Amino acid sequence: MPDAHTSVEAERAARESYGRLVAVLAARSHDIAAAEDALADAFATALEKWPAEGVPDNPEAWLLTVARRRMLDEWRHQSVVAAATDELLLFTDELIEQAEASAVPDERLNLLFICAHPAINAVVRTPLMLQTVLGLDVARMANAFLVAPATLSQRLVRAKTRIRDAGVGFHPPKSDDLPERLQDVMDAIYAAYGTGWDDVDGADEGRKGLTREAIDLGRTLAALMPHEAEPKGLLALMLFCEARAGARRDAAGRYVAFDEQDPSRWSIELINEAESHLLAAARLAAMGPYQLEAALQSAHTQKRRGAPVKPAHVLALYDGLVQMRPRVGALVSRACALADINGPDAGLAALASLREEDSSRLESYQPYWAAVAHLEARAGRSEAARQAYQRAIGLSNVPAVKDYLMTRMQALPE
Amino acid sequence: MEYMLMYYETADDTACRADERAPAYWAGWNAYIGALAQAGIIVKGDGLMPPTTATSLRVRGDKRQVQDGPFTDTKEQLGGYFIINVADLDAALDWASRAPCASTGGVEVRPVMPPPPQA
Repeated sequence: MPDAHTSVEAERAARESYGRLVAVLAARSHDIAAAEDALADAFATALEKWPAEGVPDNPEAWLLTVARRRMLDEWRHQSVVAAATDELLLFTDELIEQAEASAVPDERLNLLFICAHPAINAVVRTPLMLQTVLGLDVARMANAFLVAPATLSQRLVRAKTRIRDAGVGFHPPKSDDLPERLQDVMDAIYAAYGTGWDDVDGADEGRKGLTREAIDLGRTLAALMPHEAEPKGLLALMLFCEARAGARRDAAGRYVAFDEQDPSRWSIELINEAESHLLAAARLAAMGPYQLEAALQSAHTQKRRGAPVKPAHVLALYDGLVQMRPRVGALVSRACALADINGPDAGLAALASLREEDSSRLESYQPYWAAVAHLEARAGRSEAARQAYQRAIGLSNVPAVKDYLMTRMQALPE
Repeated sequence: MEYMLMYYETADDTACRADERAPAYWAGWNAYIGALAQAGIIVKGDGLMPPTTATSLRVRGDKRQVQDGPFTDTKEQLGGYFIINVADLDAALDWASRAPCASTGGVEVRPVMPPPPQA
């Protein structure tokens, strides 16, 4: 029997080869769905066989050979062979030769840029990337993204048809567009990480898995764009988060807030790896929001490991972050950082002014109400804290977090 | 769009209403309903008495068939509902996921039918 490690490695190799092949096939046909169809069986067979038999020496040639055999079998049953599929057969011949000689060209970066193209509906970008580049199935993604499988499936089909019919170009973005387009790619990857991260309970295997897939995508992106700083920042950010993932629950399965986590349960290997990517990003001297978020994670990590970073430095990082990207999560965190320096009322004032600007969004934003509750509690106003805890509990969809907030609420003095 | 969120609870959830876990059970639902109310999206909604209080009826020919309990003897039973007015299915699913019973039983989400065309 293969051990768990071999299985994971084989699965990763299969996904990586799959993504490369979808990319090269789609680059030639401009038809992602056709490329996926051609490889679907071969990929499924690989996921079944490689963990037991080991990864073949030349995974791409193996997949292409199986795919081509299946396609030929299929076509023998069909009297008409469409020109497009004929063409696809030609590509595979050419590619098998290339794969046997050295390696097929890596066009996954173009595929990533296409999946996150502005012409593609933003909600489908992340699942499209996970499906085409890593071969994730719809059921698993639908679960993680909290949409009905049939809806997601329909959206993916529509997006691929749109890419083909609208003629979305299979080439890197122009240098003018690059920063914005790269941001979209990174956001889509981070969104995949976020769905897994929210599942503090770890009760849902499929959902937990997406954090690993997102990190895989992050590694791929960082490796494909070695001269860009932000992909390294994104990878560092995800690795910092991953290092602490296990410490968010105690032995009894209860949620543990960051300030109460036991640093000995953090993964030093992942933290060190994250630090090295962040350092490599810094050497490229192009600051960006993901690097700032990673730097904040680094600062928080240091603080808990007994080398506190000054609160003013933390606030400065948040100031930089919200200036570059005034996202609601960062704005709420900045208010909390402000409270660490000037007291809870300063933080609450900052939160209140956020709500004046964007009340519709914040009404249903759970972290906002959790922050209000903690700060009101610190200010000694139990009744206001209780009301905010109530709302935060009602807005949370994670049972362990609900329980944690409930405990904090019940501990409020009368 | 209007959606009906139907909250399905396990027998254990229903038991919580009356045993020593009642305060935590009600606190969870009160927080959830409070958040729905503050979002201003409730059209209407109610909790239901436990499935043991249900009576089911069918008329077959000229016979009324009355039975104790709900129609189907499934693991999860309807515990209550809300009709909410939100932008789309994704928003309705977000609210469904926050329900206390989402992690034990489940929530069925269905669009409310618009009035049928007049003949």
